[in-house]
Amino acid sequence: MKKKNNSLLNRLFMALVFVFLYAPIVLLIVFSFNAGNSNTVWKGFSLDWYAKLLHNRLIMQSVYTTLLVSLLATVIATVAGTFAAIGFYAMRRKLRDPLMTINNIPMMNADIVTGVSLCLFFVAFFGLWGDFASWFNGMQHLVRLPTRLTMGFGTLLIAHICFNIPYVILSVGPKLRQMDKNLVDAAMDLGCTWMQAFRKVILPEIKPGIVSGALTAFTMSIDDFVISYFTAGSSASTLAMTIYGMTKKRVTPEINAISTLLFVTVLVLLAIVNIREARQERRRSAELHRV
Amino acid sequence: MSKELIRLRDLCMAFDDEPVLNHINLYINDKEFLTLLGPSGCGKTTTLRIIGGFATPTSGDVLFDGVRINDVPPYQRQINTVFQKYALFPHLNVYENIAFGLRMQRRPDPNDPTGKRKVKIPEEEIDQRVMEMLEVISLKGFEHRKPDALSGGQQQRVAIARALVNRPKVLLLDEPLGALDLKLRKDMQIELKRIQQQVGITFIYVTHDQEEALTMSDTIVVMDKGCIQQIGTPEDIYNEPKNAFVADFIGESNIIDGVMVRDKIVKMYGREFPCLDGGFGENEPVDVVIRPEDIDIVPVEQGQLTGTVTNVTFKGMQYDIIVDFRGFKWLIQTTDHSPVGARIGIKIDPDGIHVMKKSQYSGMFGDYSSFSEEYDELDDASLALDEEESGDEE
Repeated sequence: MKKKNNSLLNRLFMALVFVFLYAPIVLLIVFSFNAGNSNTVWKGFSLDWYAKLLHNRLIMQSVYTTLLVSLLATVIATVAGTFAAIGFYAMRRKLRDPLMTINNIPMMNADIVTGVSLCLFFVAFFGLWGDFASWFNGMQHLVRLPTRLTMGFGTLLIAHICFNIPYVILSVGPKLRQMDKNLVDAAMDLGCTWMQAFRKVILPEIKPGIVSGALTAFTMSIDDFVISYFTAGSSASTLAMTIYGMTKKRVTPEINAISTLLFVTVLVLLAIVNIREARQERRRSAELHRV
Repeated sequence: MSKELIRLRDLCMAFDDEPVLNHINLYINDKEFLTLLGPSGCGKTTTLRIIGGFATPTSGDVLFDGVRINDVPPYQRQINTVFQKYALFPHLNVYENIAFGLRMQRRPDPNDPTGKRKVKIPEEEIDQRVMEMLEVISLKGFEHRKPDALSGGQQQRVAIARALVNRPKVLLLDEPLGALDLKLRKDMQIELKRIQQQVGITFIYVTHDQEEALTMSDTIVVMDKGCIQQIGTPEDIYNEPKNAFVADFIGESNIIDGVMVRDKIVKMYGREFPCLDGGFGENEPVDVVIRPEDIDIVPVEQGQLTGTVTNVTFKGMQYDIIVDFRGFKWLIQTTDHSPVGARIGIKIDPDGIHVMKKSQYSGMFGDYSSFSEEYDELDDASLALDEEESGDEE
């Protein structure tokens, strides 16, 4: 009797947790399809708000910025992170372990701290750059360096690359460690230079890790708000920043629609990452069992 | 057989100031089967890696056909390697694994009179050579399997084919049979020897298994603590070990403190034994090696020495019995059973006694007081071998 009661309570509690977790998102999604422009009264199904999005220049511009910055940051961070992971792998453990800890800090660090510190860094750098550029321009008249740099797409991209690299390293590192370390020697023994060995042997071996790392990095980039907010300056705006800006005015279901799209994109990306990881894990344990 | 191919001149190697190789001098003949034999951490794998070009010696030279090759990268050496645990490329099938080296090769274009232009090996030739190798290793029909769908022995053979297809002058083998079970290991020993004779090139083989070394080698190099302890044919090494380490590492030995009274007379336990050795100083202290199979058990009154049996183990072909001679325990292998506690006499023929100079290893080996433990240690050693010397590079 008591037991049954208990399990009922359990279920109720579970249900509540899920309601609190997901009700806001469900509400957001549902009202993105609302025919009226209210977030509380249902006036029938329509795709109007999605259609409107396409004609909103501000939103389309920020979608473009977001995709471009995420793609570029992902590509650059994946290349840099992969080679960094190989560097870590080749290091002695005494050196590698503390450096890996340092690599992990930015992921744990509060976004706002990362954002503010990057912002301060850029401002400080621009100051120094201004002094240098005026001195340089005064010295000669062949090349003119811009003396005033401001935050914008460039700084946004650098910031995204920065916070993406650790995720790539973290995802490529284990793949390298699982690899038979004689493989590179074997490739070089059979006539490869190091670069050829990297392309023909290391790369196929660590490819799953690289792809997972890139997907994670892309996901992180696409939905980042805090760090972008501090490093984009006034000339560039990501989707998350635009949505934030829109909420300051009147909230229309247009926000629901764009948020829904962002939510679905991130959800799909995360699902892909997780399914890939689960599949690799299963394959690995199957291999271990056979041995 | 007698042409010199590789010479190691005064090779030294240290990792973090920890010496791994000390003044290694060695020459290796063309078409020779040479084995580097020694316990974990003796420097044998490091020596092999230096020959292969995967490690650079701290000092000393590696000569190939008389040319110094210290700074030649592995991909430019006419040497191929079969790695510990094979290191097959997991993403390629058997065919592509074997063809890997051929696809990397570039050779002078036969149609280019200047001989400067390099071309790939044509696909038909690659195909023909890979198929030929599959025949040699008897794995025809396995071309499209991935390495992880092969048994250990099959992977082993693919690794050999992948190296041999490049027609190297030297094949390096790093404990290639370490991961196989006993039965397969025996078969592969014969198979390897056959392949070596068939292709007619130099094999340099690294192992910690003395029996493997004795079975296959033309020459054995026994190493310990980064030094060469002895170089010789299997017979030399077994019959004429240079010091207590070699005597103990190769086969079973009783090693007894003795004094060389004069040529052909050695004194142990206060009693003079005739032997065949000479050239020592008068009354020079020596180590005396007596192999367990060279000892005859005789009635007490006829024995040169008498002792008490303390342990008997049945081994199939023979009994291993431990006999206590005044506190020093000997291992004797005999077909006659003697019960524990029995007093027995022993007789040793002059050719069963081998006298060695005293060395740093004197007194460390050759006593069977801890008989059972010694066997356990041996087992542990072979188990621990997977990680063996990989620590070297760390």
